[in-house]
Amino acid sequence: MAYYDGFLSTPKMSLGKKLLHMHWLFVILLTLTASIGFAMLYSAAGGDLDPWASRQMVRFAIGILGMLVIAVTDIRLWLRYAYVFYFGVLALLVAVEIAGFVGMGAQRWISLGAFNVQPSELMKIALVLALARYFHGASIDDVGRFLFLLPPVLMIAIPSALILRQPDLGTTLMLGLVGVAMFFAAGVRMWVFGLGALLAMIAAPVAWFTLLRDYQKQRILTFLNPETDTLGSGYHIIQSKIALGSGGMFGKGYMLGTQSHLNFLPEKQTDFIFTMLAEEFGLVGGLTLLFLYFLLLMYGLVISVSSRNHFGRLVGLGVTASFFLYVFINIAMVMGLIPVVGVPLPLVSYGGTVMLTLLFGFGLLLGVHIHREMTIGRRDSGDEF
Amino acid sequence: MHRDSERHKLFARRALMLGGGKAALLSVLVGRMYYLQVIESERYVTLADENRINFRLLPPPRGRIVDRYGRSMADNQQNYRVVIIPEQAGDVEQTLIKLSRIIPLGSGEKRRILREVKRKRAFVPITVRENLDWEEVARIEVNTPDLPGIVIDVGQSRNYVRGQETAHVLGYVSAVSEKELTGDPLLELPGFRIGKAGVEKVYDLALRGAGGNSQVEVNALGRVIRELDRQEGQPGNELRLTIDLELQSYTAERVGEQSASVVVTDVHTGEILALVSSPGFDPNAFNTGLTQLEWEGLTRNPMSPLTNKVVAGQYAPGSTFKPVVALAALEKGAISPETKVFCNGKTSLGNAEFHCWKKGGHGAMDMQGALEHSCDVYFYEVARRTGIERISDMARRLGLGDRLGLDLPGEKKGLMPSNTWKLAAVGTSWQLGETLIAGIGQGYILTTPLQLAVMTARIANGGRAVTPRLTLDSVVGAKVEPLSQEEPAPLGIPPEHIAIVKHGMDNVVNSPTGTAFRARIPTERWRMAGKTGTVQVRRISKAERETGVLKNEDLPWEERDHALFVGYAPADNPRYAVSVVIEHGGSGSKAAAPVARDVLRETLRLAERNQGQPERGEV
Repeated sequence: MAYYDGFLSTPKMSLGKKLLHMHWLFVILLTLTASIGFAMLYSAAGGDLDPWASRQMVRFAIGILGMLVIAVTDIRLWLRYAYVFYFGVLALLVAVEIAGFVGMGAQRWISLGAFNVQPSELMKIALVLALARYFHGASIDDVGRFLFLLPPVLMIAIPSALILRQPDLGTTLMLGLVGVAMFFAAGVRMWVFGLGALLAMIAAPVAWFTLLRDYQKQRILTFLNPETDTLGSGYHIIQSKIALGSGGMFGKGYMLGTQSHLNFLPEKQTDFIFTMLAEEFGLVGGLTLLFLYFLLLMYGLVISVSSRNHFGRLVGLGVTASFFLYVFINIAMVMGLIPVVGVPLPLVSYGGTVMLTLLFGFGLLLGVHIHREMTIGRRDSGDEF
Repeated sequence: MHRDSERHKLFARRALMLGGGKAALLSVLVGRMYYLQVIESERYVTLADENRINFRLLPPPRGRIVDRYGRSMADNQQNYRVVIIPEQAGDVEQTLIKLSRIIPLGSGEKRRILREVKRKRAFVPITVRENLDWEEVARIEVNTPDLPGIVIDVGQSRNYVRGQETAHVLGYVSAVSEKELTGDPLLELPGFRIGKAGVEKVYDLALRGAGGNSQVEVNALGRVIRELDRQEGQPGNELRLTIDLELQSYTAERVGEQSASVVVTDVHTGEILALVSSPGFDPNAFNTGLTQLEWEGLTRNPMSPLTNKVVAGQYAPGSTFKPVVALAALEKGAISPETKVFCNGKTSLGNAEFHCWKKGGHGAMDMQGALEHSCDVYFYEVARRTGIERISDMARRLGLGDRLGLDLPGEKKGLMPSNTWKLAAVGTSWQLGETLIAGIGQGYILTTPLQLAVMTARIANGGRAVTPRLTLDSVVGAKVEPLSQEEPAPLGIPPEHIAIVKHGMDNVVNSPTGTAFRARIPTERWRMAGKTGTVQVRRISKAERETGVLKNEDLPWEERDHALFVGYAPADNPRYAVSVVIEHGGSGSKAAAPVARDVLRETLRLAERNQGQPERGEV
């Protein structure tokens, strides 16, 4: 097949063909991972579908359907509306600044009629799409130019600053890191990253005194020395480590985790659900889930690399990177490797918006897979849709 | 189109690098999991168990104390108290401030609690206040959500059925002081009480029992989810005393408000049937803690209500000592019972004059008569002939001059002087005049009311070394076993000598000329024998003797004579001995003998009535 810049070379695929090209194994792995979550939520409720497991199942079912719809949507449509979507979400973010209400001590939610949305979650997708579109249209030489990088840096920085103000350190961190990963994959020169690291080092103390809220600083300080505050912030980390460690090799048995069920473990249905899994199923249980994540990440990488269009590659990589960050930050956090930043465990933790965002992302990833043979010109912006 | 292929290659390279980075970071997670769940697992298992498992000590109920017929003397009652568990309270001070808005709490109490919080382990509950009434309990319960670590606890408090009447026998229990901590975790329990006086103290281990424990699973808030294991403690042993509670009460009532000691003992077994030291105190008050004022009232009272005078009061025996002198003289052969000594009211030795209590004298007196009339001159002479060493020896055999080993704390030795004692204690050698004074039970000699009762019992039972005791069983440490009753050993006093002295003591009470005739028991089968004693507390000067000795009633209380009486009944077949000491009571015959009579008569009446009642091993 020949490549033509700016030329739509592949005709529209039929729906049936798209479904045939669907990465069904990936969907099965997703469902398996989510099922582990259902089981843990059932246990967290003390052996009850209420209040978490049943709702999570419904969300997952709806989310999977949405994911499939997104996957079969022509990828060029996403290319075309990437910026529109990005600015729409950015507008929502500004809206939360004005109209959002406070949940868990932070302004994160916006009410859209019947349900509440966290624009910061949607921004993860929007940013991936926007950056993918930007770099899709960039030649290697463009990427080498310093000024060319200014718009995407702003694309990351503006929502990051808004989210940090909410304040939501975890999401800010993820946005930044996803951005960096996409810059890296897009081929930005290594020295730029060196410079960035240097700037970050200079910015860190400034951020400490200006941007970070007291509780965020406290979390970082507590992380550095959790034993100093056994009943305050350090309590979460210590109890989580106790729960994990006492799980041992094979765990205490399903629904028999003492730390979780006697409430020594905080937030066991959300951020600390991995701890509960590891307490009840031990190292074996933890590694099983980690292996599932590893498989999903591997497939994500393979899907990204095997796409014939740059937009798809970057979207796939961005989604995968974001997914990885969820996994890593959450698990490292519950094991006391990094400060408590409030990032849920993807597909497993209880929570609607995160589940929908993730499946949205996986929908895009599967779309990349389905449309892997499609080539899209550098200057093509999908305007024919 | 190799621009795109170039881009693709760069992308693939970078994506693989990122993938490698992710894999490396995931390996870090795996390593960390391995470290926590395998290498450090054991430590965390322990920590998890420490989190969820609490040990709770279960205090054993303190053993009851009953009298010889099984009537309750001391038992336990429910008592509501509020405790604070520092571990759960977090900020103890803040919690106490909140609590003090609900129930009154003094600043002194707060300080005590904070001090205890520092001293004890964080999970040990500390008593904030005891004996809460219903309203206070309700107020605290309603506010529990705002009072972390505050718990209402149902405890048991000691109840002394007859209160003051049995105070000096039973003693009392009170909170454990820091000095008394032995490492027994029971003692660290809030509100735990140990015996501080009386048999409560002596038999504390037997009454205490052994603590049980309960292992409970608690959640993060400290709420008990379930009990994992429970080991019941051993309740304290029931302690059966030799006391006849009815007699004890009667005696206490009979003595009334006087500063006095009365003790009744079985002459064959040494069992104490009644033991009253007056005034007493309310042992129940010690349970809840005395106020400063109450405590000062007890310690500053000149009648020293906190002292058990039966065992710790030391008095010159006065004329109640004369039977001892008589027995010593007979044993030495210093005088025959028929030999008469002429009493003209005084005798002299060198320059010193020794007066008989009866001005003008008794005339010619033999031993019987001298006992009956309590003639001092006769006993001066007999003592002079017998010598202090023989008198002292007889007195010791009869139980004077040393501890008898009664199971009450604070027993005093008394004092039986001798030449060697005086050299050691005073530094000068014994003077003959001192022997004369000893002959009428004055001078250096000191005895306790208990010793006097035992002395009387040993004479009454025909010269056997009966020893006093308060329990029906043998109690050693925490063990209670049936007592093996042994016949008390003979003291080597010839029965005919005993008979002479007993006859004399019979006449003291029952001869119309005896010093205690007015205090006799008219019922023939209960006839009492005994000996009066009146002990000077102050020295009577020569000038005073000449102008006429002041009447006792005209003296201030603390200068009046002590009134003593020792006796036994029935005179023909003795079963019970009594000693009565009334501090500053006046004369033995007028003040002490009637008390002794009433108590002995009641003893015999009750003994007859209760014959066939369960006693000892039978319940």
